[in-house]
Amino acid sequence: MNVTFPFLFSGQSKEIIRIGAFSAMIAGLLSGCAAQQPAQGINDPNEPFNRKVHSFNVGLDRNLVRPVSKGYAAVLPGPVRQGVSNFADNLEVPTTIVNNVLQGRIGRASENTLRFAVNTVFGLAGFVDIASVLTIPDRKSGFGETLAVWGVGEGAYVERPILGPSTTRDAVGGIVDIFTDPLSTVVKAPDSYYGTGAKVGSKLNDRARFSDTIDGILYDSADGYAQARLLYLQKRRFDLGQTNDTDTPFLDPYEDANGQ
Amino acid sequence: MANNLHKPPMINRRALGAVALGGVAISLLPRAALALDVNSARALIDKAIGEVNATISSGKSETAMFRDFERIFAKYSDVPIIARSALGVASKSASAAQMAAFTKAYQGYISRKYGRRFREFIGGRIEVIDARPLKSYYEVISTAYLSGESPFELRWHVSDKSGRDQFFNIIIEGVNMLASERTEIGALLDQRRGNLDQLIADIQKI
Repeated sequence: MNVTFPFLFSGQSKEIIRIGAFSAMIAGLLSGCAAQQPAQGINDPNEPFNRKVHSFNVGLDRNLVRPVSKGYAAVLPGPVRQGVSNFADNLEVPTTIVNNVLQGRIGRASENTLRFAVNTVFGLAGFVDIASVLTIPDRKSGFGETLAVWGVGEGAYVERPILGPSTTRDAVGGIVDIFTDPLSTVVKAPDSYYGTGAKVGSKLNDRARFSDTIDGILYDSADGYAQARLLYLQKRRFDLGQTNDTDTPFLDPYEDANGQ
Repeated sequence: MANNLHKPPMINRRALGAVALGGVAISLLPRAALALDVNSARALIDKAIGEVNATISSGKSETAMFRDFERIFAKYSDVPIIARSALGVASKSASAAQMAAFTKAYQGYISRKYGRRFREFIGGRIEVIDARPLKSYYEVISTAYLSGESPFELRWHVSDKSGRDQFFNIIIEGVNMLASERTEIGALLDQRRGNLDQLIADIQKI
Protein backbone atom coordinates (compact mmCIF):
# COMPACT_ATOMS: atom_id res chain seq x y z
CA MET A 1 0.00 0.00 0.00
CA ASN A 2 3.00 2.22 0.49
CA VAL A 3 1.14 4.15 3.11
CA THR A 4 3.21 7.24 3.35
CA PHE A 5 2.61 9.13 6.48
CA PRO A 6 1.35 12.59 6.04
CA PHE A 7 4.19 14.29 7.72
CA LEU A 8 5.99 15.89 4.95
CA PHE A 9 9.34 16.74 3.60
CA SER A 10 11.32 13.79 4.94
CA GLY A 11 14.90 14.56 4.20
CA GLN A 12 14.13 17.76 2.38
CA SER A 13 13.86 20.71 4.62
CA LYS A 14 17.43 20.75 5.75
CA GLU A 15 17.24 23.70 8.08
CA ILE A 16 14.47 22.16 10.11
CA ILE A 17 16.23 18.86 10.21
CA ARG A 18 19.47 20.45 11.41
CA ILE A 19 17.56 21.90 14.31
CA GLY A 20 16.16 18.47 15.13
CA ALA A 21 19.42 16.74 14.36
CA PHE A 22 21.23 17.58 17.54
CA SER A 23 18.52 16.34 19.86
CA ALA A 24 17.98 13.22 17.78
CA MET A 25 21.71 12.47 17.82
CA ILE A 26 21.77 12.80 21.57
CA ALA A 27 18.71 10.59 21.83
CA GLY A 28 20.39 8.08 19.53
CA LEU A 29 23.46 7.97 21.74
CA LEU A 30 21.40 7.73 24.90
CA SER A 31 19.32 4.89 23.58
CA GLY A 32 22.53 2.86 23.52
CA CYS A 33 21.83 1.46 20.08
CA ALA A 34 23.10 -1.99 20.98
CA ALA A 35 22.74 -5.04 18.82
CA GLN A 36 19.54 -6.79 19.70
CA GLN A 37 16.82 -9.09 18.48
CA PRO A 38 14.36 -7.78 15.92
CA ALA A 39 12.08 -5.42 17.78
CA GLN A 40 8.60 -6.36 18.80
CA GLY A 41 5.91 -4.62 20.72
CA ILE A 42 6.00 -0.90 21.31
CA ASN A 43 8.85 0.92 23.00
CA ASP A 44 7.70 4.47 23.57
CA PRO A 45 9.27 5.90 26.74
CA ASN A 46 8.77 9.49 25.53
CA GLU A 47 5.08 9.09 24.81
CA PRO A 48 3.89 12.29 26.52
CA PHE A 49 6.34 14.37 24.50
CA ASN A 50 5.65 12.42 21.32
CA ARG A 51 1.95 13.06 21.74
CA LYS A 52 2.59 16.81 21.91
CA VAL A 53 4.56 16.61 18.68
CA HIS A 54 1.74 14.56 17.19
CA SER A 55 -0.78 17.26 18.03
CA PHE A 56 1.47 19.79 16.37
CA ASN A 57 1.79 17.61 13.28
CA VAL A 58 -1.95 17.05 13.07
CA GLY A 59 -2.53 20.80 13.32
CA LEU A 60 -0.01 21.35 10.55
CA ASP A 61 -1.70 18.72 8.43
CA ARG A 62 -5.17 20.10 9.01
CA ASN A 63 -4.27 23.72 8.35
CA LEU A 64 -1.60 23.45 5.72
CA VAL A 65 -0.52 20.13 4.32
CA ARG A 66 -3.92 18.56 3.69
CA PRO A 67 -5.48 21.59 1.99
CA VAL A 68 -2.33 22.30 -0.04
CA SER A 69 -2.17 18.67 -1.16
CA LYS A 70 -5.77 18.89 -2.35
CA GLY A 71 -4.92 22.02 -4.29
CA TYR A 72 -1.81 20.41 -5.73
CA ALA A 73 -3.84 17.41 -6.89
CA ALA A 74 -6.56 19.65 -8.30
CA VAL A 75 -4.23 21.93 -10.24
CA LEU A 76 -1.78 19.46 -11.74
CA PRO A 77 -2.98 16.53 -13.86
CA GLY A 78 -2.21 13.04 -12.53
CA PRO A 79 0.51 12.20 -15.07
CA VAL A 80 2.37 15.43 -14.30
CA ARG A 81 2.21 14.75 -10.56
CA GLN A 82 3.43 11.21 -11.20
CA GLY A 83 6.30 12.61 -13.26
CA VAL A 84 7.30 14.95 -10.43
CA SER A 85 7.17 12.05 -7.97
CA ASN A 86 9.23 9.89 -10.31
CA PHE A 87 11.82 12.66 -10.63
CA ALA A 88 11.98 13.01 -6.84
CA ASP A 89 12.25 9.25 -6.36
CA ASN A 90 15.05 9.02 -8.87
CA LEU A 91 17.07 11.63 -6.97
CA GLU A 92 17.02 9.37 -3.93
CA VAL A 93 18.34 6.30 -5.74
CA PRO A 94 22.04 7.22 -5.29
CA THR A 95 21.53 7.25 -1.51
CA THR A 96 19.91 3.84 -1.82
CA ILE A 97 22.87 2.52 -3.82
CA VAL A 98 25.38 3.77 -1.25
CA ASN A 99 23.42 2.06 1.51
CA ASN A 100 22.96 -1.15 -0.48
CA VAL A 101 26.77 -1.32 -0.68
CA LEU A 102 27.16 -0.58 3.05
CA GLN A 103 24.68 -3.39 3.73
CA GLY A 104 26.71 -5.76 1.56
CA ARG A 105 23.74 -6.17 -0.81
CA ILE A 106 25.63 -5.99 -4.06
CA GLY A 107 22.79 -7.43 -6.12
CA ARG A 108 20.46 -4.68 -4.98
CA ALA A 109 23.18 -2.08 -5.49
CA SER A 110 23.52 -3.24 -9.11
CA GLU A 111 19.74 -3.23 -9.64
CA ASN A 112 19.46 0.29 -8.30
CA THR A 113 22.44 1.49 -10.32
CA LEU A 114 20.74 0.15 -13.42
CA ARG A 115 17.47 1.78 -12.30
CA PHE A 116 19.16 5.15 -11.84
CA ALA A 117 21.00 4.94 -15.15
CA VAL A 118 17.93 3.88 -17.16
CA ASN A 119 15.63 6.48 -15.67
CA THR A 120 18.15 9.31 -15.80
CA VAL A 121 19.22 8.65 -19.37
CA PHE A 122 16.10 7.27 -21.03
CA GLY A 123 13.46 8.51 -18.62
CA LEU A 124 13.96 12.24 -19.15
CA ALA A 125 16.12 12.72 -16.04
CA GLY A 126 13.78 10.53 -14.02
CA PHE A 127 10.37 11.93 -14.92
CA VAL A 128 9.45 8.68 -16.62
CA ASP A 129 9.95 5.54 -14.58
CA ILE A 130 11.10 3.31 -17.40
CA ALA A 131 12.94 1.08 -14.94
CA SER A 132 9.64 -0.08 -13.45
CA VAL A 133 8.28 -0.80 -16.91
CA LEU A 134 11.37 -2.96 -17.39
CA THR A 135 10.50 -4.59 -14.03
CA ILE A 136 13.70 -3.46 -12.35
CA PRO A 137 12.77 -3.67 -8.65
CA ASP A 138 12.13 -0.44 -6.78
CA ARG A 139 13.48 -0.84 -3.27
CA LYS A 140 14.41 2.31 -1.43
CA SER A 141 16.93 2.19 1.34
CA GLY A 142 18.71 4.53 3.67
CA PHE A 143 21.14 4.62 6.53
CA GLY A 144 18.42 3.63 8.99
CA GLU A 145 18.16 0.28 7.23
CA THR A 146 21.94 0.02 7.07
CA LEU A 147 22.10 0.44 10.85
CA ALA A 148 19.44 -2.28 11.18
CA VAL A 149 21.45 -4.60 8.93
CA TRP A 150 24.51 -3.87 11.05
CA GLY A 151 22.56 -5.05 14.05
CA VAL A 152 21.64 -1.74 15.64
CA GLY A 153 18.41 -2.01 17.59
CA GLU A 154 15.31 -0.07 16.72
CA GLY A 155 15.51 2.15 19.78
CA ALA A 156 12.51 4.11 20.95
CA TYR A 157 9.55 5.29 18.93
CA VAL A 158 9.90 8.94 18.01
CA GLU A 159 7.42 11.28 16.42
CA ARG A 160 9.39 14.06 14.77
CA PRO A 161 7.97 17.51 14.08
CA ILE A 162 6.90 17.77 10.42
CA LEU A 163 8.69 14.53 9.51
CA GLY A 164 6.40 12.27 11.51
CA PRO A 165 6.83 8.76 12.91
CA SER A 166 10.26 7.20 13.25
CA THR A 167 12.49 5.38 15.69
CA THR A 168 15.71 6.60 17.23
CA ARG A 169 17.66 4.42 14.82
CA ASP A 170 15.79 5.58 11.75
CA ALA A 171 15.78 9.21 12.79
CA VAL A 172 19.58 9.10 13.07
CA GLY A 173 19.70 7.27 9.74
CA GLY A 174 17.61 9.97 8.10
CA ILE A 175 20.00 12.66 9.27
CA VAL A 176 23.02 10.75 8.01
CA ASP A 177 21.29 10.35 4.64
CA ILE A 178 21.10 14.11 4.22
CA PHE A 179 24.83 14.51 4.64
CA THR A 180 25.82 11.50 2.58
CA ASP A 181 23.61 12.09 -0.45
CA PRO A 182 26.04 11.62 -3.36
CA LEU A 183 24.04 14.01 -5.53
CA SER A 184 24.52 16.88 -3.08
CA THR A 185 28.22 16.93 -3.97
CA VAL A 186 27.40 17.19 -7.67
CA VAL A 187 24.25 19.30 -7.73
CA LYS A 188 24.58 22.56 -5.82
CA ALA A 189 22.08 25.30 -5.07
CA PRO A 190 20.23 26.79 -6.83
CA ASP A 191 19.92 23.74 -9.10
CA SER A 192 19.30 21.51 -6.09
CA TYR A 193 16.13 23.51 -5.35
CA TYR A 194 14.42 21.72 -8.23
CA GLY A 195 15.03 18.45 -6.46
CA THR A 196 13.81 19.82 -3.16
CA GLY A 197 10.70 21.20 -4.84
CA ALA A 198 10.03 17.87 -6.53
CA LYS A 199 10.38 16.04 -3.23
CA VAL A 200 7.85 18.35 -1.61
CA GLY A 201 5.55 17.80 -4.59
CA SER A 202 5.97 14.05 -4.28
CA LYS A 203 4.96 14.17 -0.62
CA LEU A 204 1.95 16.33 -1.40
CA ASN A 205 0.96 13.85 -4.09
CA ASP A 206 1.19 10.99 -1.60
CA ARG A 207 -0.88 12.94 0.91
CA ALA A 208 -3.57 13.44 -1.75
CA ARG A 209 -3.47 9.90 -3.11
CA PHE A 210 -3.70 8.21 0.26
CA SER A 211 -6.03 10.83 1.63
CA ASP A 212 -8.68 8.37 2.83
CA THR A 213 -6.16 6.18 4.62
CA ILE A 214 -4.35 9.09 6.23
CA ASP A 215 -7.54 10.91 7.20
CA GLY A 216 -8.77 7.64 8.68
CA ILE A 217 -5.71 7.41 10.91
CA LEU A 218 -5.38 11.07 11.88
CA TYR A 219 -8.98 12.21 12.12
CA ASP A 220 -11.35 9.25 12.26
CA SER A 221 -9.63 6.93 14.69
CA ALA A 222 -10.18 7.25 18.41
CA ASP A 223 -6.46 7.60 19.09
CA GLY A 224 -4.64 8.73 15.97
CA TYR A 225 -1.31 8.83 17.75
CA ALA A 226 -1.51 5.19 18.82
CA GLN A 227 -2.74 4.08 15.39
CA ALA A 228 0.04 5.94 13.56
CA ARG A 229 2.62 4.49 15.94
CA LEU A 230 1.32 0.94 15.52
CA LEU A 231 1.09 1.18 11.74
CA TYR A 232 4.50 2.80 11.41
CA LEU A 233 6.31 0.23 13.55
CA GLN A 234 4.65 -2.75 11.90
CA LYS A 235 5.19 -1.47 8.39
CA ARG A 236 8.79 -0.49 9.11
CA ARG A 237 9.62 -3.90 10.55
CA PHE A 238 7.93 -5.52 7.55
CA ASP A 239 10.00 -3.42 5.14
CA LEU A 240 13.18 -4.32 6.99
CA GLY A 241 12.27 -8.00 6.81
CA GLN A 242 12.05 -8.21 10.59
CA THR A 243 8.53 -9.53 10.78
CA ASN A 244 8.66 -13.17 11.61
CA ASP A 245 6.09 -15.74 12.49
CA THR A 246 6.96 -16.11 16.12
CA ASP A 247 6.88 -12.56 17.40
CA THR A 248 3.79 -11.25 15.66
CA PRO A 249 1.46 -9.92 18.31
CA PHE A 250 -2.06 -11.31 18.36
CA LEU A 251 -0.77 -14.34 16.56
CA ASP A 252 -3.53 -16.59 17.74
CA PRO A 253 -6.60 -15.03 19.31
CA TYR A 254 -7.98 -18.51 19.97
CA GLU A 255 -5.10 -19.26 22.30
CA ASP A 256 -5.47 -15.81 23.75
CA ALA A 257 -9.17 -16.31 24.42
CA ASN A 258 -8.73 -19.64 26.15
CA GLY A 259 -5.38 -19.30 27.72
CA GLN A 260 -5.76 -16.26 29.94
CA MET B 1 -50.59 -47.90 -11.56
CA ALA B 2 -53.85 -47.40 -9.74
CA ASN B 3 -52.17 -48.69 -6.65
CA ASN B 4 -49.43 -46.22 -6.94
CA LEU B 5 -51.87 -43.40 -7.05
CA HIS B 6 -52.78 -44.17 -3.47
CA LYS B 7 -49.28 -44.70 -2.30
CA PRO B 8 -47.32 -41.62 -3.21
CA PRO B 9 -47.73 -39.81 0.07
CA MET B 10 -46.09 -42.68 1.88
CA ILE B 11 -43.32 -43.07 -0.68
CA ASN B 12 -42.72 -39.39 -0.51
CA ARG B 13 -42.47 -39.47 3.19
CA ARG B 14 -40.04 -42.34 3.00
CA ALA B 15 -38.08 -40.61 0.31
CA LEU B 16 -38.00 -37.49 2.39
CA GLY B 17 -36.78 -39.45 5.34
CA ALA B 18 -34.02 -40.96 3.27
CA VAL B 19 -33.04 -37.58 1.93
CA ALA B 20 -33.05 -36.16 5.42
CA LEU B 21 -30.88 -38.98 6.71
CA GLY B 22 -28.55 -38.58 3.78
CA GLY B 23 -28.36 -34.91 4.51
CA VAL B 24 -27.39 -35.58 8.10
CA ALA B 25 -24.79 -38.07 6.95
CA ILE B 26 -23.38 -35.61 4.46
CA SER B 27 -23.29 -32.85 7.01
CA LEU B 28 -21.51 -35.14 9.47
CA LEU B 29 -19.00 -36.60 7.03
CA PRO B 30 -17.31 -33.39 5.97
CA ARG B 31 -16.17 -32.73 9.53
CA ALA B 32 -13.61 -35.42 8.96
CA ALA B 33 -13.13 -35.19 5.21
CA LEU B 34 -13.01 -31.41 4.94
CA ALA B 35 -10.81 -30.67 7.93
CA LEU B 36 -8.96 -27.45 7.22
CA ASP B 37 -5.91 -27.82 5.05
CA VAL B 38 -3.87 -25.61 2.77
CA ASN B 39 -6.24 -26.13 -0.14
CA SER B 40 -9.47 -25.50 1.73
CA ALA B 41 -8.00 -22.42 3.42
CA ARG B 42 -6.98 -21.14 0.03
CA ALA B 43 -10.38 -21.98 -1.46
CA LEU B 44 -12.14 -20.13 1.36
CA ILE B 45 -10.22 -16.92 0.70
CA ASP B 46 -10.71 -17.31 -3.05
CA LYS B 47 -14.46 -17.50 -2.48
CA ALA B 48 -14.53 -14.59 -0.05
CA ILE B 49 -12.53 -12.41 -2.45
CA GLY B 50 -14.87 -13.44 -5.27
CA GLU B 51 -17.92 -12.28 -3.31
CA VAL B 52 -16.26 -9.00 -2.34
CA ASN B 53 -15.34 -8.36 -5.97
CA ALA B 54 -18.88 -9.16 -7.09
CA THR B 55 -20.29 -6.70 -4.56
CA ILE B 56 -17.88 -3.93 -5.55
CA SER B 57 -18.71 -4.31 -9.24
CA SER B 58 -22.47 -4.70 -8.63
CA GLY B 59 -23.12 -0.97 -8.82
CA LYS B 60 -25.45 -1.15 -5.81
CA SER B 61 -25.99 1.76 -3.47
CA GLU B 62 -23.48 2.24 -0.69
CA THR B 63 -25.98 1.14 1.96
CA ALA B 64 -26.78 -2.02 0.01
CA MET B 65 -23.07 -2.72 -0.35
CA PHE B 66 -22.53 -2.30 3.40
CA ARG B 67 -25.22 -4.95 3.96
CA ASP B 68 -23.44 -7.26 1.49
CA PHE B 69 -20.08 -6.65 3.12
CA GLU B 70 -21.55 -7.44 6.52
CA ARG B 71 -23.04 -10.68 5.20
CA ILE B 72 -19.71 -11.66 3.60
CA PHE B 73 -17.82 -10.72 6.73
CA ALA B 74 -20.16 -12.79 8.93
CA LYS B 75 -19.94 -15.75 6.57
CA TYR B 76 -16.20 -15.92 5.96
CA SER B 77 -14.70 -14.55 9.13
CA ASP B 78 -14.97 -15.61 12.74
CA VAL B 79 -16.63 -12.45 14.00
CA PRO B 80 -16.96 -13.54 17.66
CA ILE B 81 -13.21 -14.18 18.04
CA ILE B 82 -12.31 -10.97 16.16
CA ALA B 83 -14.66 -8.99 18.39
CA ARG B 84 -13.26 -10.66 21.52
CA SER B 85 -9.70 -9.95 20.43
CA ALA B 86 -10.53 -6.34 19.55
CA LEU B 87 -12.05 -5.82 22.98
CA GLY B 88 -8.89 -7.19 24.58
CA VAL B 89 -8.74 -7.53 28.35
CA ALA B 90 -12.17 -5.94 28.74
CA SER B 91 -13.64 -9.08 27.17
CA LYS B 92 -12.61 -11.05 30.24
CA SER B 93 -14.80 -9.08 32.61
CA ALA B 94 -17.70 -8.73 30.16
CA SER B 95 -20.87 -10.74 30.75
CA ALA B 96 -22.09 -13.21 28.13
CA ALA B 97 -24.92 -10.85 27.24
CA GLN B 98 -22.51 -7.94 26.83
CA MET B 99 -20.23 -10.04 24.63
CA ALA B 100 -23.17 -11.05 22.45
CA ALA B 101 -24.32 -7.44 22.13
CA PHE B 102 -20.80 -6.21 21.48
CA THR B 103 -20.17 -8.89 18.84
CA LYS B 104 -23.36 -7.97 17.00
CA ALA B 105 -22.62 -4.23 17.13
CA TYR B 106 -19.00 -4.78 16.16
CA GLN B 107 -19.97 -6.81 13.10
CA GLY B 108 -21.90 -3.87 11.67
CA TYR B 109 -19.26 -1.37 12.75
CA ILE B 110 -16.38 -3.16 11.08
CA SER B 111 -18.38 -3.83 7.90
CA ARG B 112 -19.12 -0.14 7.54
CA LYS B 113 -15.61 0.90 8.47
CA TYR B 114 -13.88 -1.28 5.90
CA GLY B 115 -16.78 -1.13 3.46
CA ARG B 116 -16.37 2.65 3.17
CA ARG B 117 -13.02 2.05 1.59
CA PHE B 118 -14.40 -0.13 -1.19
CA ARG B 119 -13.87 2.56 -3.84
CA GLU B 120 -10.15 1.98 -3.60
CA PHE B 121 -10.77 -1.55 -4.83
CA ILE B 122 -12.84 -0.65 -7.87
CA GLY B 123 -11.00 -1.86 -10.93
CA GLY B 124 -8.53 -3.75 -8.78
CA ARG B 125 -8.16 -7.41 -8.02
CA ILE B 126 -6.75 -9.66 -5.35
CA GLU B 127 -5.01 -12.88 -6.33
CA VAL B 128 -4.27 -15.73 -3.98
CA ILE B 129 -0.70 -16.84 -4.61
CA ASP B 130 0.11 -19.25 -1.81
CA ALA B 131 -1.08 -20.88 1.38
CA ARG B 132 0.84 -22.56 4.18
CA PRO B 133 0.31 -23.93 7.65
CA LEU B 134 1.34 -21.56 10.42
CA LYS B 135 1.24 -22.71 14.03
CA SER B 136 -2.27 -24.02 14.64
CA TYR B 137 -3.86 -22.34 11.63
CA TYR B 138 -3.24 -21.49 7.99
CA GLU B 139 -1.93 -18.43 6.25
CA VAL B 140 -3.18 -17.61 2.78
CA ILE B 141 -0.92 -15.18 0.94
CA SER B 142 -2.42 -12.94 -1.72
CA THR B 143 -1.37 -9.96 -3.77
CA ALA B 144 -3.61 -6.96 -4.23
CA TYR B 145 -3.44 -5.06 -7.48
CA LEU B 146 -5.19 -1.74 -7.12
CA SER B 147 -5.35 0.76 -9.92
CA GLY B 148 -2.46 3.21 -9.81
CA GLU B 149 -0.70 1.42 -6.94
CA SER B 150 2.25 -0.88 -6.68
CA PRO B 151 0.96 -4.38 -5.89
CA PHE B 152 1.00 -5.13 -2.18
CA GLU B 153 0.84 -8.20 -0.03
CA LEU B 154 -2.22 -9.32 1.87
CA ARG B 155 -2.13 -12.30 4.23
CA TRP B 156 -5.22 -14.01 5.61
CA HIS B 157 -5.14 -16.15 8.72
CA VAL B 158 -7.65 -18.97 8.54
CA SER B 159 -8.73 -21.32 11.30
CA ASP B 160 -11.43 -23.96 11.81
CA LYS B 161 -11.59 -23.48 15.57
CA SER B 162 -14.98 -21.80 15.37
CA GLY B 163 -16.35 -25.07 13.95
CA ARG B 164 -16.17 -23.69 10.44
CA ASP B 165 -13.33 -22.64 8.19
CA GLN B 166 -13.12 -18.87 8.70
CA PHE B 167 -10.48 -16.18 8.61
CA PHE B 168 -9.74 -14.22 11.76
CA ASN B 169 -7.02 -11.79 10.76
CA ILE B 170 -5.73 -9.89 7.74
CA ILE B 171 -2.13 -8.68 7.55
CA ILE B 172 -1.47 -5.93 5.02
CA GLU B 173 2.27 -5.57 4.42
CA GLY B 174 3.00 -6.47 8.00
CA VAL B 175 0.15 -4.38 9.42
CA ASN B 176 -2.04 -6.56 11.55
CA MET B 177 -5.79 -5.90 11.51
CA LEU B 178 -6.42 -7.43 14.94
CA ALA B 179 -3.70 -5.30 16.51
CA SER B 180 -5.08 -2.17 14.88
CA GLU B 181 -8.62 -3.04 15.96
CA ARG B 182 -7.54 -3.68 19.53
CA THR B 183 -5.85 -0.28 19.64
CA GLU B 184 -8.93 1.42 18.24
CA ILE B 185 -11.51 -0.34 20.41
CA GLY B 186 -9.26 0.10 23.45
CA ALA B 187 -9.10 3.85 22.80
CA LEU B 188 -12.88 4.07 22.28
CA LEU B 189 -13.42 2.22 25.54
CA ASP B 190 -10.95 4.50 27.39
CA GLN B 191 -12.82 7.54 26.10
CA ARG B 192 -15.92 6.06 27.77
CA ARG B 193 -14.04 5.34 30.99
CA GLY B 194 -14.35 1.61 30.38
CA ASN B 195 -18.14 1.69 30.07
CA LEU B 196 -18.74 -1.26 27.75
CA ASP B 197 -22.49 -0.72 27.42
CA GLN B 198 -21.86 2.84 26.27
CA LEU B 199 -19.29 1.55 23.77
CA ILE B 200 -21.79 -1.00 22.43
CA ALA B 201 -24.40 1.70 21.98
CA ASP B 202 -21.94 4.10 20.35
CA ILE B 203 -20.24 1.84 17.82
CA GLN B 204 -23.62 1.18 16.23
CA LYS B 205 -23.59 4.83 15.22
CA ILE B 206 -20.01 5.01 13.99
